[in-house]
Amino acid sequence: MSNYRIHGATGEWEVVIGLEVHAQITSQSKLFSGAATAFGAEPNSQVSLVDAAMPGMLPVPNRECIRQAVRTGMAIQAQINKWSRFDRKNYFYADLPQGYQISQLYHPLVGEGSLEVVLDEKDPEGSTKTIGIERIHVEQDAGKLMHDQHPTMSYVDLNRSGVALMEIVSRPDMRSPAEAGAYLAKLRQILRYVGSCDGNMDQGSMRADVNVSVRRPGEPFGTRTETKNVNSVRFVMAVVESEARRQVDLIEDGGTVVQETRLYDPDKNETRSMRSKEDAHDYRYFPDPDLLPLELDDAFLEECRASLPELPDAKRHRYENALGLSTYNAAALTADVETAREFETLLTSVAKAAGKGEADVAKRVANWVLSERPGLLNANNVASSDPKNSIEANTAIVVATESGQISGSKAKEIFEKHLTSDIDLAAEIAANQQTTDTGAIEAAVDAVLAANADKVEQYRGGKEALFGFFVGQTMKAMQGKGNPQLVNQVLKAKLG
Amino acid sequence: MTDITDLGVAAIRDGVAGGEFSAVEVAEAFNANVAAAQALNAFIVATPDAALDAARATDARRAAGQPLGKMGGVPIGMKDLFATQGVQTTAASHILEGFKPEYESTVSQNLWNAGAGMLGKLNLDQFAMGSSNETSYFGNVISPWRRNDGGNAAMAPGGSSGGSSAAVSARLCPAATGTDTGGSIRQPAAFTGISGIKPTYGRCSRWGVVAFASSLDQAGPMARDVRDCAIMLEAMAGFDPKDATSLDLPVPEWEAGLNADLRGKKVGVPREYRVDGLDADVAASWDRGIEWLKDAGAEVVEVSLPHTRYALPAYYIIAPAEASSNLARYDGVRYGLRDLPDGAGLQDMYAATRAAGFGAEVKRRILIGTYVLSAGFYDAYYTQAQKVRTLISHDFRNAFTECDVILAPTTPTAAFGLGEMVSDPLAMYLNDVFAVPASLAGLPAMSVPAGLNREGLPLGLQIVGRPFDEQGVLNAGLAIEARAQFTAKPEKWW
Amino acid sequence: MSVDTATVARIASLARIKVSEAELEAMVPELNGILAWVEQLGEVDVTGIEPMTAVIENSLRLRDDVIGADPLTAGGRRDAVLANAPAAEHGFFGVPKVIE
Ligand SMILES: [Mg+2]
Ligand SMILES: [Zn+2]
Repeated sequence: MSNYRIHGATGEWEVVIGLEVHAQITSQSKLFSGAATAFGAEPNSQVSLVDAAMPGMLPVPNRECIRQAVRTGMAIQAQINKWSRFDRKNYFYADLPQGYQISQLYHPLVGEGSLEVVLDEKDPEGSTKTIGIERIHVEQDAGKLMHDQHPTMSYVDLNRSGVALMEIVSRPDMRSPAEAGAYLAKLRQILRYVGSCDGNMDQGSMRADVNVSVRRPGEPFGTRTETKNVNSVRFVMAVVESEARRQVDLIEDGGTVVQETRLYDPDKNETRSMRSKEDAHDYRYFPDPDLLPLELDDAFLEECRASLPELPDAKRHRYENALGLSTYNAAALTADVETAREFETLLTSVAKAAGKGEADVAKRVANWVLSERPGLLNANNVASSDPKNSIEANTAIVVATESGQISGSKAKEIFEKHLTSDIDLAAEIAANQQTTDTGAIEAAVDAVLAANADKVEQYRGGKEALFGFFVGQTMKAMQGKGNPQLVNQVLKAKLG
Repeated sequence: MTDITDLGVAAIRDGVAGGEFSAVEVAEAFNANVAAAQALNAFIVATPDAALDAARATDARRAAGQPLGKMGGVPIGMKDLFATQGVQTTAASHILEGFKPEYESTVSQNLWNAGAGMLGKLNLDQFAMGSSNETSYFGNVISPWRRNDGGNAAMAPGGSSGGSSAAVSARLCPAATGTDTGGSIRQPAAFTGISGIKPTYGRCSRWGVVAFASSLDQAGPMARDVRDCAIMLEAMAGFDPKDATSLDLPVPEWEAGLNADLRGKKVGVPREYRVDGLDADVAASWDRGIEWLKDAGAEVVEVSLPHTRYALPAYYIIAPAEASSNLARYDGVRYGLRDLPDGAGLQDMYAATRAAGFGAEVKRRILIGTYVLSAGFYDAYYTQAQKVRTLISHDFRNAFTECDVILAPTTPTAAFGLGEMVSDPLAMYLNDVFAVPASLAGLPAMSVPAGLNREGLPLGLQIVGRPFDEQGVLNAGLAIEARAQFTAKPEKWW
Repeated sequence: MSVDTATVARIASLARIKVSEAELEAMVPELNGILAWVEQLGEVDVTGIEPMTAVIENSLRLRDDVIGADPLTAGGRRDAVLANAPAAEHGFFGVPKVIE
């Protein structure tokens, strides 16, 4: 995979990729003011005098934002800088009320770390690559401009202005669109585990600046371009592909790549130069004189570390080793923190109710969560967040299956009924108890065989595929309550 | 009875509390003086009704037997750098003309909470950049003082708190707020024969004060004497969680702690301040100050502040750098002036608005600040200046191992005439040569009147203290005040 | 280091201050005078000296993550935020149209 090559007219090219990911830090209030951060509010309704940069307004940092960035750094084994400070990045734009962004250039909060990505997502135990992370710094988000509401004006909404961001800067360690995609997906997974960012890329909570350059394999880095604010894994991969292709074509046509900021147009699947930011950049960074250096003590760091959850790789290994799940299931359950969280809650609940160890019921719970239930929810258009899909209901169903009270197919049937109508789940389970009464089963089998003498004849004549037919008929006769193993046994014996 | 407007903060507070006169009478008397002093151009906006409203509230509290507050019944002038809710706040700049804040600065709110009332918003150098009050968009402030040569040359009241200094010395208000970034309280106080103290950086909240240079800006009182400064500083100061650089310390009872007995104290006299060509009257007043403090019981020692001569150049890198960034918010988008030439885009609008809205000195400093922070120059200028600033701070720390306070002149000369310096920015900057070091080190420093020069113009003496030791500064000031017996006041010509 | 007209023009543009040719001509010597004067700082030996970060010993306080803990620094005051705007419509600030 790292042998990804662009085939140009003059030979092969290698692509070099670095990502700067802006991740909105999960917090109630903004980085430097007490205004709310919720997405989708009325324009300028979540703007304080501080966010609007009124004269004399001052920033006071939000502890939670610092804490979440530190926890994120710890999750990627990064160096945490106990002494950091905020700098001002000066430029003029209508979404930047202060005329500067408070960021960290010289002394970021988080230093060197790394992320291990799996190169083939279908093979979680397959080969991996370590992508270096240069730093994570904390900074303010900008406001939003709307260009299509008025013929001659752009509208400015400052709701997002001042929301805390982590800028996570990778090393230029990626060499293919797939690697870039895998890195971003893995980063998103970890942020969601840590709880430092909700990862909602479609709402802009996470967006990547994609730095791309091309070179002949083995040669020094070429000139890079930076494509701003790419907001999905798929688009990041597309940007790498199209931008690398553009650069190769440009160079092979005798041109040179200029270091510039570009914008991705998903409709045309191409990047274009951002005219509005052509202005020569000179951000005149200097330490923000409104803020003192940020000094973190050991107790703060200790709390950050102690509050870190089990991270996806560790969790996946535990699911395999301690719970005995397959590699595939373990990976599927840990892919997203919400799935893992729900699995673990249900697992604990089922084990407790069934009076068994978690490892004893893990496979059944995993199968229920990964393969049986999703189909039912989908088919009936029920969201997994629907109250009907409660832990209690799931527990009752899985426990009843686990204890042999109901069959697997009955379980699905009952759960579907529960999702779509108002039933008493416990009563329904009781009413559909499997029977292990061999007398009743024998009677049912006898009746089925008697009613289908011709088929019995055919079976005995060698048409063994009819066995399933007899099972079905018997189960039907018993309204699905016959224990399947016993029904099989009895049929086998009676059919000879 | 004496004219109420001859009274200071303590006398008014005590007189109102004791029922000698009502707060409304006080407010009316000062409102009348303000109205009659248009020629000084000390106020950008007068707010007589605000003064009366506050006075009525004080009188009502008194009638109800409630406490009146540290500044109960005292009307003051508010430098137009402090945001005042619903009252135009301009920083003396065209770019903020008409701006009515929807908020009140912490310092002004503290004063209102202490029972003070507002007579109006005082003129200043635009964005507090200047030492003569000649950079205001709303015109020069004229000092009430004149030379004793019989001429009527208009004198500079100092700057940037020149409206404040002129108003207090002309008895338009008993006290006024000032801000000091590199001498802007002390220099105008010295020029007009009043007292003013810049407290330790962080004592007074900067929240709601139009920023000039954040790492230097400090608010402080300007008043007729040391006691009045102590009272008013108590009312202004205090921890503010809205300002990340605010000191989380209790406010000492400075007034109660006033004590002019300096026995056991050491006063340092910095060798490097005795520069070649120091004005003879200034040198003489400094010598008298040394004698006064000895007389008050202090031991006088010579100290060294070896990096003194680098303070001003360091300041003229650091302050413009911070200002260039602090003033970026004046862009015509959210408040203030907008100049939108036909067909102009966003960036053209910024450039046009800022060209029209900022005065020449403000532009000059923004350009210097932009230049010293720009790519390739940052380390040579800004980082070097911040290192020199560290050295200057170390100088003071070392000196304070040998003394408790430092005594120096406030300014190298007495007031100059308006227009005399305006064509030479560097000569103007040199006015703050003695004031700036304490600003760079964040130290409490005060100017008290020390006499008149041969032209009949006031001279000030400056006391600089250790961090947090405003009390030591005020006490030394009080010892000088008691001996200087400064009673001169400008003869009314306006 | 001294500045020429082109440099001052670039700085003015960076600072978003429109200057006329005449203003530019006047500014060059003024700025050069000031720069030449501040450059005497270069002669100070600063070996081993850290640039100042906090003028008075104090450390950065962090606030709790609470919405609107202090109404003065809270959101939910759109009218106040827009009250002084040269152009405001439908709850937005208006600026000349920007083409990105
Ligand atoms: Mg970037
Ligand atoms: Zn960023």
